[in-house]
Amino acid sequence: MKLVTAVIKPFKLDDVKSALETFGIHGLTVSEASGYGRQRGHTEVYRGAEYTVDLVPKVRIEVVVEDDDADSVVDVIVKSAQTGRIGDGKVWVSPVDSVVRVRTGERGPDAL
Amino acid sequence: MVFSDEEGGRMEEIVLSPGDTAWILVSAALVLLMLPGLALFYGGMTRAKSTLNMMMMVMGALALVGVLWVLYGYSLTFGEGGAFIGSATQYLGLEGLMADDPAATFPAMSFVAFQAMFAAITVALIAGAVADRVKFNAWLVFAGLWATLVYFPVAHWVWAAGGWIFEGLGPLNGTPAIDFAGGTAVHINAGVAGLALALVVGKRLGWPKTPMKPHNLTLVMIGAGLLWFGWFGFNAGSALAANNTAAVVFVNTFVATCAAALAWLVTEKIRDGHATSLGAASGIVAGLVAITPSCSAVSPIGAILIGIAAGVLCALAVGLKYKLKYDDSLDVVGVHLVGGLVGTLLIGLLATEAAPAGVNGLFYGGGLTQFWSQLIAAVAVLVFSFVVTLVIALILHKTMGMRIDEDDEVAGIDLTTHAEQAYELQESGSGGKFAGVGQAAAKKEEVSV
Repeated sequence: MKLVTAVIKPFKLDDVKSALETFGIHGLTVSEASGYGRQRGHTEVYRGAEYTVDLVPKVRIEVVVEDDDADSVVDVIVKSAQTGRIGDGKVWVSPVDSVVRVRTGERGPDAL
Repeated sequence: MVFSDEEGGRMEEIVLSPGDTAWILVSAALVLLMLPGLALFYGGMTRAKSTLNMMMMVMGALALVGVLWVLYGYSLTFGEGGAFIGSATQYLGLEGLMADDPAATFPAMSFVAFQAMFAAITVALIAGAVADRVKFNAWLVFAGLWATLVYFPVAHWVWAAGGWIFEGLGPLNGTPAIDFAGGTAVHINAGVAGLALALVVGKRLGWPKTPMKPHNLTLVMIGAGLLWFGWFGFNAGSALAANNTAAVVFVNTFVATCAAALAWLVTEKIRDGHATSLGAASGIVAGLVAITPSCSAVSPIGAILIGIAAGVLCALAVGLKYKLKYDDSLDVVGVHLVGGLVGTLLIGLLATEAAPAGVNGLFYGGGLTQFWSQLIAAVAVLVFSFVVTLVIALILHKTMGMRIDEDDEVAGIDLTTHAEQAYELQESGSGGKFAGVGQAAAKKEEVSV
């Protein structure tokens, strides 16, 4: 199994979610994240004092899939999250040793 | 009003004005509302970890000064005394003020109540200069000493019969300085005290490198709005009558504030490229400060000019602390000292005989006489307040210590001093369990042993 992790622009979350559903992925984990890559943050001004904020708000999506699906899921995410502008994010894939469904105790691909 | 009783036609004159009395009592309540307004205005500007402490400094000052005012503050300020201080004993505990005075247009107690709020808010204003880092008990001791040694005397100078500024004595050469509602006694006084206290207490850890952004500008805007609302009591209530003066002052207070908000926004738009909500809120307060002494002395056009001057100058002045390296955290100096000076001094130029105070300034053909009186009064209050505040703060800093521990400051004064947090943002984030009632102190000892 593989863990696909994507860090994307927050407003693309709905597009990515429905694209994944259409593909057949029925569960994922979403968390708010912040960070920076080539896109840097912004400047704020309070009573003339300027503050630079480096970190940009992002959304992190994590989904565990079977080995064969990993490449397709990455493609689905990239396609649905893309705007073509700087700051679109990253997607990466890492191996997963085991997965257990807490309710039933099922292990491996059955637990997905 | 004249009434006759039913039996014998005995005539009794009652001079008490229900309208004046009602207005003064309502104004006192309006000024009280400025304290929670100030707590929101300041509290929103602090970091999230020290919001409650800032609000507690404001409300704590109110509670303490309110009691001191009744015990001896009113007597020291408005008791019969000399040029510099009232009477230490005349109205101790408000003795003798409960009886109905048939010759008064409003009860003495209504004036006591109204002026109590002024004392409280003046002390509370200072708190903004030392956000995030002062021991709460040391702050309260400071507040009590400062009210007693600085505010009560200065308010006597400016507003009490016999006070040297009120009567135009000494260097004023018979021309009393005009301070309708507190440019000198309240704003210059508190502003320069904030500077002295910030110098003694020192900078916040990490200032100015670490970002210390306002954590909640919606609170700041609500606070500025409440201050504006309450300020109508502060200024128009200072007419001490429901009359023409009160109405003129009301309009001047309103329009100067509007002008100052616009002027601050234009200034920062030109300088920084953005018109900010904090700029609007700050401009509102700067305008209110500057029109406070001058609202009875100028025309509505004069009020607009004072508002513009205050908006521009205060917007520029709040940057001084970064150049001069003093951590006046919430700009008590830039807004209250500078705004107070602007309003107090501009009376000397913009006062017009047509306004209730009935004095002409330089631009209305009155020469510079009034300006010199304004300048002397402003400088006298500034120097006296700065020196005495410095002495009080240094003594407290050397004896009981005014700063909290560095670790406590980093963790946040709300948590370490008050054992509370302003915001519980994560419902299940912190774990923990209910540990019983009234055992926190005992537990703390166990831990420290």
